[in-house]
Amino acid sequence: MTALLEVKGLHAAYGETKVLHGLDFAVQQGGVTALLGANGAGKTTTLRALCGMVGTQGEINLGGKRIEGMATEDIVRLGVAHVPDGRGTFMELTVEENMRLGAYTRPAREATADFEKMFGYFPRLKERFRQQAGTLSGGEQQMLAISRALLLRPRLLLLDEPSFGLAPLIVREIFDIMRRIRDEEGVSILLVEQNASLALAFAEDAYLLETGRIVIAGKASDISKDEGIRRSYLGY
Amino acid sequence: MEGFIHQIISGIATGGIYASVALALVMIYQATHHVNFAQGEMATFSTYIALTLINFGLPYWVAFVGSFAISFVVGVIIERLLMRPVANAPVLTSVGVFVGLLLIVNSVTGWFFDYTIKQFPSPFPDKALFGGFVSGHELGSTAVTLVVLLSVYLFFRHTRLGLAMRAAAFNPVSSRLVGVRVGWMLALGWGLAAAIGSVAGCMVAPVVFLDPNMMSGILLYAFAGALLGGIDSPLGAVLGGFMVGVIENLGGAYVVGTELKLTLALVIIITVLTLKPSGLMGRKVYSRV
Repeated sequence: MTALLEVKGLHAAYGETKVLHGLDFAVQQGGVTALLGANGAGKTTTLRALCGMVGTQGEINLGGKRIEGMATEDIVRLGVAHVPDGRGTFMELTVEENMRLGAYTRPAREATADFEKMFGYFPRLKERFRQQAGTLSGGEQQMLAISRALLLRPRLLLLDEPSFGLAPLIVREIFDIMRRIRDEEGVSILLVEQNASLALAFAEDAYLLETGRIVIAGKASDISKDEGIRRSYLGY
Repeated sequence: MEGFIHQIISGIATGGIYASVALALVMIYQATHHVNFAQGEMATFSTYIALTLINFGLPYWVAFVGSFAISFVVGVIIERLLMRPVANAPVLTSVGVFVGLLLIVNSVTGWFFDYTIKQFPSPFPDKALFGGFVSGHELGSTAVTLVVLLSVYLFFRHTRLGLAMRAAAFNPVSSRLVGVRVGWMLALGWGLAAAIGSVAGCMVAPVVFLDPNMMSGILLYAFAGALLGGIDSPLGAVLGGFMVGVIENLGGAYVVGTELKLTLALVIIITVLTLKPSGLMGRKVYSRV
């Protein structure tokens, strides 16, 4: 297996406040990597750093191309789709317009064909197609956010807490569909989650963040079996 | 009765001018959350460009389109050069830049084209139509305004670029994450607003005559229209603009007299801000305390 994303010595800061202190991690081609940690550990910041949304230092290597310091729009155009925390819904626009924006960088004809595929994953988006996106429930907005990201035909999908604020049943539905998406789209995924058991069951590799540093790295299956780690870091 | 109907019709004609400028104000407001005080002066400058092109001997409509295009480019340049550096600055900084822009454009206009009042031609026949209810210019300028407003609506509703420009104004962060070049979208919005202003200037100049302060009163009416309709609603701003045109004309004819007409704009502004700050069609903004 080769790495699609390789990060070396990644630092990030909001103005004077340093948040990440030299992270090294990788996302394998076609694999799922989980980034775990408590509130404020720097998970969301890590995803933002990958997309050029915060000031960074260090090396970010995407499929052999250095992307650190590039503008967000340009990184996105290299095939990095980011489902941000808070879902990033265009509240004032319709579901259709949200999806059109997801495919903004691609020819319009291709996009329309892909809409059907998204409806296959998330039939509810079809029912809501003409509705204003701000009126959707949290779960539906999460589905819309994932569709918007997939419509970019990304190589790398960054998911920021897809389970946040959702009922357990909806979370299970979304994760079941994400498994299908991983198998059918061949997209590599970097998943940030607070729900560690959920994330470790989905991912092959996992990293544990604590106050801006990686404290544990390894196979997801090994980490979920290690009772010491589970008790002291993951709390289940 | 005939006089009354005539007042309403000519109110609609001037209302179209206010509606265009109000739309330009709302477009900038949606993207920057500030009112561009210089919108009127920019439109005046565009009108002078049209007059210059006409004086070069170009046919009216070529000059009209030329002024539209030049205004668009000037709008883009203003955004890139002046507004970009203060994009994240505090409110007062932006207000200062807008006021400065107003003074600069006004003075540059006076310096280039001098301060004397000039005649501006109308492309429409100078005769009364429909039994004297409406003049050729009133009918023609209303038609032009409606065509422009409708095209802008169709552009924003039904094109990719229009969608991207709306997205960039509503939610710049998410727009970048789908690959929209937000900075350019804002610049295009400025260009479009300036171009719409040039249409308003060319349509109103034959009526009020052209001088560097031509639009300052009109900007007030347009601002009243934008507030009345809802400062964050393009459709509301357009309807508000037309309503203000009619209110102004009727009020001027029957209530306050022509000399106090401009006061009506201020009365509308204060009434809306006191009674219904979100306007007729604007979104209510709630804040948690």
